[in-house]
Amino acid sequence: MNILLILVTGLLCACGVFLMLRRSAIRVLLGMMILSNAINLIIFVGAGTTPAIPPIIPADQSTLATAAAEPLSQALILTAIVIGFALFAFMMALLMRHCDHHNCDDLDLMTEELQ
Amino acid sequence: MNALAVAPLLIPLLGATALLLAPSSRRQLQELLSVCIGLAHCVAAALLYHHTTLSGVSVVQIGSWSFPFGIGLLVDRFAALMVGVTALIGLTTVIYSIGAVASDLVRRHYYALLQFLLAGVSGAFLAGDLFNLFVWFEILLMASFVLLTLGRTAAQAEAGVKYLIINFFASSLFLMGAGLAFAEIGTLSMIDLGARLAITAGEGSSSPAVLFIAGLLLIAFAVKAGVFPVYAWLPASYHTPPTAVTALFAGLLTKVGIFALYRATTLIFPMYHHIIAPVCLVIGLCTMITGVFGAVAQMNIRKVLSFHIISQIGYMVLALGFWSSSALAAGIFYTLHHIIVKTNLFLIAGIIHKLTGTEQLRDMGGLYKKYPYLALLFLVPALSLSGVPPLSGFFAKFTLISAGFEGSFLLSAGIALAVGLLTFYSMTKIWNEAFWKAALVEVTADGKDSQSLKGVGVMLFSSILLAICTVLIGIFPGVLWDAAYVAAEQMMTPKIYVAAVEVAALP
Repeated sequence: MNILLILVTGLLCACGVFLMLRRSAIRVLLGMMILSNAINLIIFVGAGTTPAIPPIIPADQSTLATAAAEPLSQALILTAIVIGFALFAFMMALLMRHCDHHNCDDLDLMTEELQ
Repeated sequence: MNALAVAPLLIPLLGATALLLAPSSRRQLQELLSVCIGLAHCVAAALLYHHTTLSGVSVVQIGSWSFPFGIGLLVDRFAALMVGVTALIGLTTVIYSIGAVASDLVRRHYYALLQFLLAGVSGAFLAGDLFNLFVWFEILLMASFVLLTLGRTAAQAEAGVKYLIINFFASSLFLMGAGLAFAEIGTLSMIDLGARLAITAGEGSSSPAVLFIAGLLLIAFAVKAGVFPVYAWLPASYHTPPTAVTALFAGLLTKVGIFALYRATTLIFPMYHHIIAPVCLVIGLCTMITGVFGAVAQMNIRKVLSFHIISQIGYMVLALGFWSSSALAAGIFYTLHHIIVKTNLFLIAGIIHKLTGTEQLRDMGGLYKKYPYLALLFLVPALSLSGVPPLSGFFAKFTLISAGFEGSFLLSAGIALAVGLLTFYSMTKIWNEAFWKAALVEVTADGKDSQSLKGVGVMLFSSILLAICTVLIGIFPGVLWDAAYVAAEQMMTPKIYVAAVEVAALP
């Protein structure tokens, strides 16, 4: 189960990077989304995916059981999702501005005017 | 102590909120609020620095979660110095913006965004936790994206796309490194990471997993800092936003990357310095050389200065490559001097743009005849950048190169000197084109009416302020050098940080 997840995250990373290198702006956007999801999955997999006790301390104890699931990586992923979402929204607005200016979504048109 | 450490973060954040709540069409109110926030930020930074002179390294755990859980702020001498410079540059840029920024940008919440950026930078300098550093990086990145594209011109959109894609990728690498560090080593606090790695890996070891994590983190910081070969986003984007914004970016954003590089290498991965230091040496040399050759080839004044940023960043990375206390102190001194000088140069470029209406060096001219005092004001940071005594740049380069000679890095020191000469050449190029040569089109007195020159006084005031700082550092280099040396010695002995954590844990 773990090895399959790791392979999937690797595949997603590769897809994300491949799409980010494309010419069309939409594909770059999709690549960004896939890459950020892949990295969130990496954090998820890194915490361990074996069946474990929920990370709740019972009333009569003061520390977490050693075999409990890792709650911190879930918090990291949540933060990363929110940040990625904001970046993605802004990137979309920016690419739309570029596409409005050139009337198509070809990023190769983004050659600066020579001085 | 808690309040003192958190104040440099909270003041710009709360100030940005206040600026958002205040009506953005009331320009005077926004300016007044911003200046007050900037002054409060400076006071908080000064108090924080004073505290570090008394008590060395302190670790502040937010929310009273004990170490290594929760989020910690790491306040050492280096962090306090950087926060101090941030506050100074923030205040100066706010004062400069009063005269430089158009009203429609102010209506789009320019001043609030400026404070968000300063909050992100201050937070990044004080972060003691790897993921918290990521969050502060993203805050300052988000604010920088919006500031970069605030004027909604096509050039800004283009520059914004390039800037955003590359910085997004660097942030992804950083996040991957932080997540993998947590998975592999089991903690996110930088001090704890360093401590655990020191236990499991003695001197001179190379565990592949940890090396991979170190590589991810350092590459992410290197992209942010703008080193060879991942610096292309910098000259592609820094010449498009309003001049005040460029000055702030040039002064602060790349130095956050350098700060993270220094912090990660000395605190988290010091046992791998036998691998990291030579890489930094080579990369620093390549960055210096390619940066200065790029500067020599440009004809847009802001692009010349952008390539200079890259070239000087090479010096700071070179300091890390030498790996000694004196080299690190020289690197810290260089960083502080460079922030002030670079911001000043961009502020003056903005003043030149306002006075001549152009940014192309070919179209400028005759400024020395018309405004000789502006020429003098330009000479102060230009000569300081090139390393001419008695300005601050001379001592920065001198200490760095003598640290290189001490460590027997003769070739690197020689290349650093040669690059300094080329920097001087490109500065004289700006001087010749903008100031010395006769103006192509005679700008008469009625050509520039008083309306378009309104606000130049405020812009000049902020530039003079920074020039005075440069001259003072040059006349009294010992003050800053002693502070930098103490900071470097703290950073080269990670045991101090572990001891500080134990002190903080005492009830």
